[in-house]
Amino acid sequence: MNAPANPGVPRPAESLDSRFVVPGMRCAACIARIERGLLELDGVEAARVNLSAKRVAIRHGPEVDSEYLLGALGRIGFEAQVVDLESVPKDDGESRMLLRALAVAGFGMMNIMLLSVSVWSGAGGVTRELFHWVSALIALPVVAYAGRPFFASAVAALRHRRTNMDVPISIGVLLATALSVHETVIGGDHAYFDSAVMLLFFLLAGRALDATMRDRTRAGIGALLSRMGKSARVLTEDGSTRNLAAEDLEKGMVMLVAAGEALAADGVVQDGRSAVDNSMLTGESAPQSVREGDTVLAGSINLGDPIHVRVTAASSDTAIAGIARMMDEAGQSRSRYVRVADRASRLYAPAVHTLALAAFAGWMIAGAGWHQSLVIAIAVLIITCPCALGLAVPAAQVVASGALARRGLLVKDGSALERLAEIDTALFDKTGTLTQGEPIAAIGHLTPEQKAIGLALAQSSRHPLSRGIATAVEATGIRPASPTAVAEVPGRGVSGLLGKVPVSLTRGREDRASLATILSIGSESVEITFTDPVREDATPTLDALRAMGVRSRIVSGDRDAAVEALAAELGIIGEGGKRPESKLALLEALKADGHRPLMVGDGINDGPAMAAAHASIAPGTASDVSQQAADAVFVGRSLMPVVAAVAIARRTMRIVRQNFGFAIGYNVLAVPLAIAGLVTPLIAAIAMSLSSLIVVGNSLRLAKTGSRP
Amino acid sequence: MNILVFLIPVALGLGGAGLALFFWAMRDGQFEDLEGAANRILIEEEEDLAGRADEKKEVCR
Repeated sequence: MNAPANPGVPRPAESLDSRFVVPGMRCAACIARIERGLLELDGVEAARVNLSAKRVAIRHGPEVDSEYLLGALGRIGFEAQVVDLESVPKDDGESRMLLRALAVAGFGMMNIMLLSVSVWSGAGGVTRELFHWVSALIALPVVAYAGRPFFASAVAALRHRRTNMDVPISIGVLLATALSVHETVIGGDHAYFDSAVMLLFFLLAGRALDATMRDRTRAGIGALLSRMGKSARVLTEDGSTRNLAAEDLEKGMVMLVAAGEALAADGVVQDGRSAVDNSMLTGESAPQSVREGDTVLAGSINLGDPIHVRVTAASSDTAIAGIARMMDEAGQSRSRYVRVADRASRLYAPAVHTLALAAFAGWMIAGAGWHQSLVIAIAVLIITCPCALGLAVPAAQVVASGALARRGLLVKDGSALERLAEIDTALFDKTGTLTQGEPIAAIGHLTPEQKAIGLALAQSSRHPLSRGIATAVEATGIRPASPTAVAEVPGRGVSGLLGKVPVSLTRGREDRASLATILSIGSESVEITFTDPVREDATPTLDALRAMGVRSRIVSGDRDAAVEALAAELGIIGEGGKRPESKLALLEALKADGHRPLMVGDGINDGPAMAAAHASIAPGTASDVSQQAADAVFVGRSLMPVVAAVAIARRTMRIVRQNFGFAIGYNVLAVPLAIAGLVTPLIAAIAMSLSSLIVVGNSLRLAKTGSRP
Repeated sequence: MNILVFLIPVALGLGGAGLALFFWAMRDGQFEDLEGAANRILIEEEEDLAGRADEKKEVCR
């Protein structure tokens, strides 16, 4: 049932593979439309959609190029972007490796347990020796394979003269295995193979959970800077055009930018008039009209007619690349954040080692002989091995991220949850974050005829205001009229003929504070105004944050007046006219004062601030750059997920602390037994499973928070 | 106790077969697109239902 879309076609030698990101696909119908639509094209041999990664892989003949395929996808109804085959991340390697190791450890654990249970229940003599030998044969390769993630990390830590959670784990597992082999060879009573392998299994379960959580959200998030045009058509001296990749563009070249294309470099308009959508760079929602001599920036989208742009700065010199660099530097401080589990292990590892050493020394002094002393010291190491500790954090975080995902918020990794729990100040961007980010047309005063004409005209343009009209009218269920000779004049509007009557949608007066369009039919004209409405639950969201002790304010790149009006409406402080670097400076100042700021923003201009903030959240409509920089992404029209994120993150940290409490309490009970030399492999195995189950059970309580409003 | 000579290899063999199957499934990409697999069962075969193609578009938000 999941066979490739057309398995019957043999693969010709010269066929090529292309991949595209299609962010808009969501369901079975999309898969079917894309795959069938592509297969109908000549030259396409196979098309396979990956819904989880929102990608489509196309195998096609050399006569088909990626631009043709992009166009075809557009006609099917999906906006797509080319994925460079080289840049397809191999990031899932880690979680795959962990899953394999987990499977091997699980296999080993089951078989060794089978043998161990019979030894515990009294098998003796030759049978016990045979069982120990078989266990050794299974355990040695299993430990060698499944233990690699821990050994590698422990070696890396020791090489840097540090210690982490993996050092006691590695020492415990290796010593337990070595001692068990020794016991097997001399025909002793106890072998600890089961404990060693079970320890690996539980710990790998924690690691695999952690890695799965990271992958889940990463798969949905696109590549950095994919907004910036990847290539441009450049005019050559003889008047022909050729395609150049963005990084090959040079100062002085002239780019031909078609309608709907993103600019690949900064430049000055040399010829033509149009309007560009700058919202990703400035946060300003209104399109900006440009003419000869105006500056345009890479990443903005040409909404109107084709324009010629002379390049003034290309690739790494562009404004957008500068923002990306700023983000990179700002993000450095976050990478210095130490995860809770590592902070715990800094105290824990030395304590465990000291205890084990003390037990060994104590029994040697008491005259127990080196063999018995070593057995006891290893029992201490195994029993204290942070099995519960290793699960304490990931188990709680995975359950919490599942609860948040049900409320429409995707958290990138566990460290994000830990940082979200600590924030005390929230900064919101205005356009697209506190507001919906798309202009909504007020059409209540129009007659049905006017609506039908407005819809027909608006549908023929990709201008954001036209889209606003089209969305609003379509929602009322009115069918478009059918005007003829529809033409769009960039910067002016759309016009056409309905029978003999001229109709048009033109831009409103410049002096108004809000955006407006004028719909003319013959000699009549009516004004349509637009608002960018505040998200419905913005006020309750801010109130809930205040109740949790989080102070909110607005920082926006938009005009001061607009920001202050909104801030007054919401009853918080607001500052407008902020450039990316001033937002970043504000964040740094807050951090210097000892605050832990949360940044909620959507534009590329918020990117550096989001990278610098203690934690950050972006709406699902945000630019790729912001989604990349954000710790969490929320979808839908509601702002409440921001509150849920902070509330659940704080609850998660409470559960994590309880889990630590359980793990330490268990050690306090078990360690004296181990030091007294009373711990047999049976007791070690039971204690270890029990503590892990308690920790997992406690973490599962978080799942219930998902269903509560 | 001679039965152990058979039972232990059988237990190991079964476990090993399961492990091998899991490794094969991972390498074969069976876990590449879990969401897609869940959704693909909802795709109707085009041949029998050509007339209802428009209705399906409505399903996709």
